[in-house]
Amino acid sequence: MEFELSEEQRLLKESVDGLLTEAYDFEQRKKYMKKASWSKAIWGHLAAQGLLGLPFVESDGGFGAGAVEIMIVMEAFGRALVLEPYLATVVIGGGFLRHGGSTGQKTGHIPSIIDGSKTFAFAQLEKNSRYDLHDVTTSAKRKGKGWVIDGEKFVVINGENADTLVVTARTNGERRDRSGIGVFLVPADAKGIFKNAYPVQDGLHAADLTFTGVEVGPDAAVGDPENALPLIERVVDEARTALCAEAVGAMDESLKTTVEYLKTRKQFGVTIGSFQSLQHRAANMLVALEQARSMSMFATMAIESEDPAERANAVAAAKVQISRSGKFIGQQSIQLHGGIGMTMEAKIGHYFKRLTMIENTFGDAEYHLRRVSESDALI
Amino acid sequence: MDLAFTKEEQEFREEIRRFLRSNVPPQLRRKMIEGRHTSKDELVTWWRILNKKGWGVSHWPREYGGTGWTPVQNYIFKEELQMFPAPTPLAFGVNMVGPVIYTFGNEAQKKYHLPRIANVDDWWCQGFSEPGAGSDLASLKTNAKRKGDKWIINGQKTWTTLAQYADMIFCLCRTDRTAKKQTGISFLLVDLKTKGITVRPIQTIDGGHEINEVFFDDVEVPVENLLGEENKGWDYAKFLLGNERAGIARVGVSKERIRFIKTLASNVESCGRPMIDDPSFREKLATCEIELKALELTQLRVVANEGKHGKDKPNPASSMLKIKGSEIQQITTELLMEVIGPFAAPYDEHPDSSVESMEWTAQIAPSYFNNRKLSIYGGSDEIQRNIIAKIVLGL
Repeated sequence: MEFELSEEQRLLKESVDGLLTEAYDFEQRKKYMKKASWSKAIWGHLAAQGLLGLPFVESDGGFGAGAVEIMIVMEAFGRALVLEPYLATVVIGGGFLRHGGSTGQKTGHIPSIIDGSKTFAFAQLEKNSRYDLHDVTTSAKRKGKGWVIDGEKFVVINGENADTLVVTARTNGERRDRSGIGVFLVPADAKGIFKNAYPVQDGLHAADLTFTGVEVGPDAAVGDPENALPLIERVVDEARTALCAEAVGAMDESLKTTVEYLKTRKQFGVTIGSFQSLQHRAANMLVALEQARSMSMFATMAIESEDPAERANAVAAAKVQISRSGKFIGQQSIQLHGGIGMTMEAKIGHYFKRLTMIENTFGDAEYHLRRVSESDALI
Repeated sequence: MDLAFTKEEQEFREEIRRFLRSNVPPQLRRKMIEGRHTSKDELVTWWRILNKKGWGVSHWPREYGGTGWTPVQNYIFKEELQMFPAPTPLAFGVNMVGPVIYTFGNEAQKKYHLPRIANVDDWWCQGFSEPGAGSDLASLKTNAKRKGDKWIINGQKTWTTLAQYADMIFCLCRTDRTAKKQTGISFLLVDLKTKGITVRPIQTIDGGHEINEVFFDDVEVPVENLLGEENKGWDYAKFLLGNERAGIARVGVSKERIRFIKTLASNVESCGRPMIDDPSFREKLATCEIELKALELTQLRVVANEGKHGKDKPNPASSMLKIKGSEIQQITTELLMEVIGPFAAPYDEHPDSSVESMEWTAQIAPSYFNNRKLSIYGGSDEIQRNIIAKIVLGL
């Protein structure tokens, strides 16, 4: 049992925090958002610091880091409300390549992720699939040695800017069958892709994508095109875990900002932090934060488990806790800020919005609670 | 970072389990599972078995009879007791007054009291709360006046847990009325058999007799029974209240109870099927398990940190653990109530009797009623939130 970071991990944390303190305050973030939804310059800094190569093995040009390192980075990103497509590119795109990619796919894609020249997007959500990863109607049909993809995908984060799309598509069977699902790497500029791009509530950007007779080569399928659901579940569990860490960073900063406000804002001639009803709200927020932090760690450790059921259960449990703590801390932060918390101008509301969007990504509290309750649970 | 227990820690856990399996009296274990009354004799007998093994005061420094275990090992030990389940050592002696004595007491006090606490030769109880001093403990009025080589105590303590079994009571008494309220208090060790002490039972809403009032009427206590320095009692009391970190959340108790809920819910029917198959009940249970898993890790983070950085001062994280631990324990008793539903009703008028006159399910409602105490005693939830706001958040 060891909860502390190693020397290398501490250095990693310092360097990420250092970069973000320098280049990612709230005003700078606004500029990145306005210009092109996220900053190519920042992406270049992340590449230069080696963060884009973190999880890849050394023989693929990476640093062979584990889940804890990703947790450290995502927490720091959560604190700064980072907009750049790290989750979509490094965690998800990289995850599919690491766990399912062929040698050719790895050498074709990983170097350009690591050097920051290419980004990814994950085209998974469908109109009626909600959070079920096996609910897929987008089809991939054999044509010669390659595939033809048809269908619609929604709220694809970084969908407009990505160079490569990771698309889940049905190769066989019925809409909700667990088998017959494949994962395909599709160049974003392939013929037949229509993109409708828009900003997301929390400042990120997404696109709805329509695939009409999009042809890809035989090397587009990642893993088994007939049975890629276990691969998808594994990568999405890693993405959920990364989101948990990001949410902890956002909650941590949200509470810190709120406590600071309670210490400075005066009403009735005293700082409002001297009022017990507000103190108790803040104390409850701390309890919610620490419970969430524990579960983020729990998921981070379980993600490397050999047993997929154990992994899935731990991640689902963490997602329940993070969603509930995130909602509570997000809402209370606004309440304790009062009117100013309602304004676009104040930073605090942006944490609330990001936490809200995280809850609704890859399964909300209710969805994951059902999963945990249907399993043998944790005790 | 590695959240798994090490191989050594797992072996340690196995060793504890083996010992419990062959040494806890089966009758005692059954009573613990069913929430039945356990007698003084049963408890003391068990604690002496533990002490004989050298585990009576496991977390104390080695020189006073402790084991030298790490905080994580002590945590595992306590969790195994709670999950078995077997009674954990008597908190008032082992976790409360013992550490105060070996930290602030003189040599004679250490030499006399510490072994007697370890072997439960003396059953200790706590004389803190008074009718007019609950959450505002420092406003206590029970006073001790120096007269020659005696302290003369007058006043009243209340909510005194198991005073009916106790031999000794540690008391906060006002010794300087002119000082600011926290600074005029002393910590006295009092023999309950002393003339002038009257113990009166208080019946709680569950029907049980767990707590008492203790009256002091010109009670003479030898001067050497003062613990530490005169008028420094408040510091010792704060030390005592913030000292109990490993196991304050009682995660093992809740784990054991969740297993019990699952067993029971598999055997009770609702709407023509076992209760355990009801999706809404399962979701409530899963919510409780998730909170408990999070709490377990939060607790372990505190314990592991203590192992790394020592425990020179009480950790305010214990407030957080107490709030969440109480909440979860209370929820488990609510879930048990939900499982037995209408059969919660029968009331056993003699819960303390050894005659098993009623179904043991008769203990479920009383246990639910009784567990409301958790968020009140040892500093209420609201007091714990004050501590977090002040000490952790700096408000």
